[in-house]
Amino acid sequence: MSDKVSLSLCLNGAEHALTVAPERTLLDVLREDVRATGTRRGCDEGNCGACTVLVDGVPVLSCLTLAVRMRGRAITTVEGVQTGAELHPVQRALVRHGAVQCGFCMSGIVLTAKALLERNPSPTAEEVRQALGSNVCRCSGYARVVEAIVSLGGRP
Amino acid sequence: MSSHPKPEPVGDVVGASVPKPDAREKVTGRAVYTDDLRVPGMLHGVLLGSPHAHARILSYDTSLAKALPGVRAVLTAEDLPPVDIGAVIKDQPLLARGKVRYVGEPVAAVAAVDPTTARRALELIRVQYEVLPPVFDAEAALRPDAPVLHAPRGPGHPNAASHIRLIEGEPDGAWAKCDVIIEDVYETPAQQHIYLEPCSTLAEVDPDTGRITLHTSTQTAFRVQAITAEALAVPMSRIRVLVPRVGGAFGGKVESTNQPITAALALATGAPVKMTFSRTDDMTMMRSRHGARIHMRTGATRDGRILARQVRIYFDTGAYADDGPFVANIGSYFARGPYRIPHVDVECWCVYTNKLRAGAFRGFGNPQIHFASEVQVDRLAEALGMDPIELRLRNALETGEKWLGGAPVESGTLHACLERAREVSDWQRRRQRAPPAPGKRRGIGMAAVAHVSGLLGSSATVRINEDGSVNVSTGAVDTGQGSDTALAQVAAGALGVPLSQLHFSRPDTDTSPYDWCTGGTRTTFTVGHVITQACEQVREQLFEHASAMLQRPVQQLELRPGGHVGVRGEPGTSVSFGAISGYALYVAGGPILASARWLFPAWQLDTQRTHVEGLTSMGNGFFVFAAQVAEVEVDELTGHVEVLEAWSVHDVGRVINPAAAEGQIQGGFVQGLGYALTEELLWKEGHLLNPTMGGYKVPGALDVPRAIHSVLLEHPAGPGPFGAKGVAEVSLVGVAPAICNAIRHATGANIRRIPATGERVLRELLARETQGGH
Repeated sequence: MSDKVSLSLCLNGAEHALTVAPERTLLDVLREDVRATGTRRGCDEGNCGACTVLVDGVPVLSCLTLAVRMRGRAITTVEGVQTGAELHPVQRALVRHGAVQCGFCMSGIVLTAKALLERNPSPTAEEVRQALGSNVCRCSGYARVVEAIVSLGGRP
Repeated sequence: MSSHPKPEPVGDVVGASVPKPDAREKVTGRAVYTDDLRVPGMLHGVLLGSPHAHARILSYDTSLAKALPGVRAVLTAEDLPPVDIGAVIKDQPLLARGKVRYVGEPVAAVAAVDPTTARRALELIRVQYEVLPPVFDAEAALRPDAPVLHAPRGPGHPNAASHIRLIEGEPDGAWAKCDVIIEDVYETPAQQHIYLEPCSTLAEVDPDTGRITLHTSTQTAFRVQAITAEALAVPMSRIRVLVPRVGGAFGGKVESTNQPITAALALATGAPVKMTFSRTDDMTMMRSRHGARIHMRTGATRDGRILARQVRIYFDTGAYADDGPFVANIGSYFARGPYRIPHVDVECWCVYTNKLRAGAFRGFGNPQIHFASEVQVDRLAEALGMDPIELRLRNALETGEKWLGGAPVESGTLHACLERAREVSDWQRRRQRAPPAPGKRRGIGMAAVAHVSGLLGSSATVRINEDGSVNVSTGAVDTGQGSDTALAQVAAGALGVPLSQLHFSRPDTDTSPYDWCTGGTRTTFTVGHVITQACEQVREQLFEHASAMLQRPVQQLELRPGGHVGVRGEPGTSVSFGAISGYALYVAGGPILASARWLFPAWQLDTQRTHVEGLTSMGNGFFVFAAQVAEVEVDELTGHVEVLEAWSVHDVGRVINPAAAEGQIQGGFVQGLGYALTEELLWKEGHLLNPTMGGYKVPGALDVPRAIHSVLLEHPAGPGPFGAKGVAEVSLVGVAPAICNAIRHATGANIRRIPATGERVLRELLARETQGGH
């Protein structure tokens, strides 16, 4: 066990002053220390995508990321996606298209889709599938998830 | 059952794709799953798994682990009541007692102040074993010299958890009358649920009353209550179960998971304990689908009448019976398929081996037998030179005909499903094989599907609040498939209230009426039924009061959308539910509420018709039908199979929520695709080789067809709400044979073992080429 270090985590636009052991993952720190439990732990080894967060706008698997590496980086979790009571368009589309079943994959999918749409506002279904390659959903078969995200770009 | 009235829903909520009320909290991360819970003073529980597949436990030494700072309890079987649990056979201790029977079997449990300390304590536990010879194959386990897992129970084979025989007609004499006979051995894998949320339980003990409250990810609050009480030898009234959001289940959370042992740790420490499995612990300690080996022979006449079938099934139930005997029942019951085959001989063994126990998983024995049956029927069509759909149409059971064992088919809509599948998939044209990409071969295949909807007991209470809004309580768990939404729609449709005026309660064993389980394609069907029954009683109470308030006879009254009772033919005369409720509360009659209950009737097998051994009745009933089609492309170089497009046609009786039903069907198709092509637990000398989501491949977004067309047929029938039938499991059942039939159509490769990995497909292709064709 290593000595704990202090860490200022910029999470959803707010600074969090934390003291963490250097071997702890971002996922652990988010769920256990910050209590931002919207980031889900599905496998803890980088295979399921449920723990996806955005680091400087790029999707990252928080279970494979050391928290101390996040100094000076801007982290967005699912809790930081909506504006006030207003859902983000991705969230709205997933709800409207009936893409949500058990929901455990949804936090990761919302963030992956948000990042995709920011760099490619009108993705094709194939581009959406490519982007979702690391996000496992065991309930939906992806059909409605892809449909919901594609609907935001106005391309067939 | 056809005598049940089928009232039409009021308003337009039934049949509407209303968004699920829990979807918002799930896309915003606010949804609370069990592992998200934390209470003051909470400890963390972990389990020590066995390193041996089969060994006697000689001694434990937990002193070092107990001495580790931060450790609050270390339990072994010696600390627990000498109870074995199990749905059919009481053969499972909470922690291995006397011996271990599979690698990963829980041997000891630790509660500590944090997960790291708890895991470190596991390393300090010393267990001495005497290794015993193991057995890993179901057929080998039936040999006389096989190692025995459990103390023999009665006269049968010691490793047989169940043995079933069903014989109809004169199978021995029928083969001579067959013009074509196909015989093969089929093998299906131990697929794992891989619900995305690993099993998790938070157990709290009230220090004053000793009452245990469990918050847990499960398909059934009431079974968890009963099993935990049994395992810990405490009265059921001392246990309360609450169910936060459930991150998928698919059968894997039907029986107890880690609830009883977490409760035991909470009792031992007097503190709240949370146990959330790591993915690998979940994969090595929980359950899988039963791997199966199926010997099948089917014969038909030249004109395509299937005359005879002989089947011998071996279900590998692993170290404990769990739901295995039930799975074997369904596997046997569906071994004739949805066909009128006059001469049938089915033998089924459910067998113990030294592997992870197998239990319930979407389809419950039916995907295994459908794989063998539907691939074999397809080969029969090929041998007869008939179109596969045509052969199935010629033999499909129709309404009024009897299932194997004599149960009537009450709504025989397989023909309708097959015909629609042929139409929507443009079957005739695609059967001609569109030119594939270079180096690829293309084909299309299909499967006819039958399953059962309905099982065991459910109840519902419905009450009208003072403002006219409605509370519905059922005890049914929504595992993510959307039953809360569908059931709320049923109630709203039965009473004519908007969903915004209806509150649907979450399960709580203290306050909810009983529901057996979310499983067996039963929730919308069975719980929906009791909701409509309770709503009917509430309607009668509303009408009785409205009659007095409006001074009109009950016969002239009707429900109107928006929560009103009106006079038929007089649009201006009505009274709101709120006004009626006020009248009931303060003037006459008392609060408006009703409850309804139902035990789905079991079917006694007709022993006049069928020679029966090892199975007297079937608890599952009401047959439902579907047809599934897949178009594939096979890479000639790698054997890789890509499913290009899929069609899944289901008679759902009555659509409650089209988007939810279609989403569930698409999800079922993709789980079936994983079963067909990639998913398989692999063992070496009893050790699981791939207990991670990296080694065990579930389909990703790039692995699924570009379109999965869900087609919903509505043939309302039976006791389900407004004629609705179940769809949950059905959508997985026929996928593997449809895909493998498409592979054979594309390449000629006769896939008899799934998953049809590239390697297996290539091997079949090469074998075919060496044989110079078929």
